[in-house]
This record gives sequence, structure tokens and C-alpha cells, in this order.
Amino acid sequence: MSFFSKSPWIFHYDASSCNGCDIEVLACLTPFYDLERFGIVNTGNPKHADILLITGSVNERNIEIVQNLYRQMPDPKVVVAVGACACSGGIFARAYNIQGGVDKVVPVDVYVPGCAARPESIIDGVVQGIAALEQKRKKTA
Amino acid sequence: MTLAFYALLFVIVAPVFGGLLAGADRIVTARMQSRVGPPLLQPFYDVGKLFQKQSRLLNPIQEPLLLGHVVMMAATGAMMVSGTDLILVTFVFALASLLLVLAAGSAYSPYSFAGAERELIVLLASEPFFILMMAAICKVTDASTFGAVLASPTWVAFQLPGILIAFLMVATIKLRKSPFDISTSHHAHQELVSGLTSDMSGRLLAYVELAHWYESALLCGFAVLLFNWSIPLGIGAFLVAYAAEVLVDNVTSRAKWQLVLRSTWVATLLFAGGNVLALFVVGR
Repeated sequence: MSFFSKSPWIFHYDASSCNGCDIEVLACLTPFYDLERFGIVNTGNPKHADILLITGSVNERNIEIVQNLYRQMPDPKVVVAVGACACSGGIFARAYNIQGGVDKVVPVDVYVPGCAARPESIIDGVVQGIAALEQKRKKTA
Repeated sequence: MTLAFYALLFVIVAPVFGGLLAGADRIVTARMQSRVGPPLLQPFYDVGKLFQKQSRLLNPIQEPLLLGHVVMMAATGAMMVSGTDLILVTFVFALASLLLVLAAGSAYSPYSFAGAERELIVLLASEPFFILMMAAICKVTDASTFGAVLASPTWVAFQLPGILIAFLMVATIKLRKSPFDISTSHHAHQELVSGLTSDMSGRLLAYVELAHWYESALLCGFAVLLFNWSIPLGIGAFLVAYAAEVLVDNVTSRAKWQLVLRSTWVATLLFAGGNVLALFVVGR
């Protein structure tokens, strides 16, 4: 039996988001949505996390940081890109300092669209991330 | 033979008790924040998952130290219920806590290291109290083992009300509750990442959780020592105290280490020390 679906721990990183998606991510933890009902915890530490939640597009300055956070997470791990900017670069895609979506730097498993992404769709994205996590665990086990 | 049975019973039952307590803690905390909260068995799911996850070993001594931390914590409780001298139990308890500090200090991360330093400070704050408490309990009951204290006709809590008050305060440190959770915490967005446990992943973190469950059960055992005339009353008193700790955890922010050290020592000296002194004067 796998415990991953019952206890997915999230690490949230703001790449270069406008903070719109970040507020929606935090809204998921508030009493109205209460992510902890599903055993989901916002850990704040990549070494404890199963799911990397990235908001905002990746810029030249934080490429290494995003890659480093990804490498620090123990396997199995899943990346969820939250919001239009994290998916493709969004309205900042053509800016001189922007690399593009998160998938330019680390492999992304789930894309959550929206500007800003709604809490409901973020929760849906995390749930799909759990399914991806289970698949990865079966491959490594 | 029966003593060995009690020791085995502690090793098996304590983590179940500690895990359920942690689960109830998370539900009560959530309800205080008008949330629904996770299922009661959530801590068991978490630890189960951590054992299934990859563990990144930073150096060859980290895992033995953390395994030692769990084993010593379990051994402390087992020794207590199987009739070892209570003062010795206190020292083994301190050694078990120290192994966690060493494991955290062996990592290179500054967060982990700062967490280890702060854990040393809270150990410095709490240890004098536990030694004083055990010495006082042994003195008033004229017994030195768990069984003998329970069998004693003296009602410890009525003799040592000051110790009871100081115990409430020092338990905040041991249960890792705000405002004294300066070395580590389960919550995100704090200045030390996860402090002590920053560099522990997979089963290493699971060991820390397991040891914490043993620690909770051990503190419950200490509470039973104070309410030595009735074991259910002792466990009930511990649960009430734990609920109070959860409330305090929710309404306070973390203190600086200076405040933790000073307030704990003042409480130890004033309530515990004063209590013992008063007994000495009255006893003359």
C-alpha cells in the first residue's frame, strides 16, 4: 500500500510571479479550502517535499535556484506549474530577462492554467500531481 | 519477568499513543483555526510515506545517530516502567535528546546547524527542571523507581504543586510548542526552514517523528508519576495539559532563545525550587 496519496507534502516556490498565483496558493490553506483535510502540508523545505509547486515564469537569475530546489527533493517527486506564466511565460514571455515556462528548466508533470489560477484548479492540479507521484513510485519500486 | 513485559509494552504502545496524540493535536489545532483538519491517523500516513521515500544520507554518521535517538528514547521509557532508578532515567532521556542535536549538527546546512545550537539551548533550559523534579518525587515518596512511586501512600501532586506548574512550562519545550519551538517546527514560512530537521529526508525524518511519539508517551509517564495515586488521572491530567499546550501554541508566536532560557529557569527556580525549599522548611 502506498501512503503518497494520503500524505503529499508541497513545497511552493515563487519564480517571478506577480504574486497573484501565490495568494491563490495560500488561499488553498485557509479555512475555506483547507488543503490539510487531504493530508497536504506546505513544508517550506524541499528536502521534505513530494510536490514542487512553482508560480511565475523562470527568469535568468533564478534558473539555478529552481534547478537546485528540484535536485534537493528526494525521489519520487512531481512538479506542478501553477498559472499562465509558469506554464508558458504568460504575458512576460517576450520580456528580455524571461526564459519562459518552468518546463524550460525542470521537467513539469502538471500544468495548471489561469491568470491567476483559481484555488479549485490548483487543488485539482495537486490531485493530478498525486496520481503522477504514484506512477513514478511504481516505476522506481 | 513482569518488569520486562512492561518494558516491551511501552516500546509497542508508546508510538501508537504518541501518533494518535499528534493526530488529535492536528485536528484540534485545525478546529481552533476554523478548519476541518486532517484525519486522526494522518501522522501514521506521514511516517509511512517517509519510509517509502528516498533518503538522502549526507554523511555516514547521520543515520546511526538518528537510529540511536529513537532507540534511546524508547529505552528511556522502557527503563522507566521496568523499574530503573528515576534519576538515571532522566540522564538517559537527556542523552537521547543529545543524539538528535549531534545528528543535526553533523549536516553542513546553516539552518540545520542553527537548529542544533538552539536545541542545545532548550536542553539547557529544560534539563535542570527534570532532574529537580525526579529528585523531589523520589524524596517525598521515599522511593526511587516508577513502581515504588506508584505504590507510595504519599500523593505527590499535593506535596509538589510548584513542580506541577513548572512541568506545564517545561513540557512546552519538550512537546515543541510555540512560544518555545525555537529549534524546529512543522510549519512553513519561518526563519530557520525546519531547523533541526532541515537536512533530514525520507526515513531519517521518520525516525525523528517516531522518537517524538516516544517522547510524548514518556512525558505522559512523568505526569503519571506526579499523580501517583491514580494512573487514569495522571493520563487525563497529561491530556488536559496537552490541550492547554495546543491552545498556547496557537495564540503565541515564537520567543527568542534568551526569553526561553530565562523564563524556564525562573519557573524552575521559583516554582520547583521554591516548592522543594518550602517542603524542607515545613519538614523541619
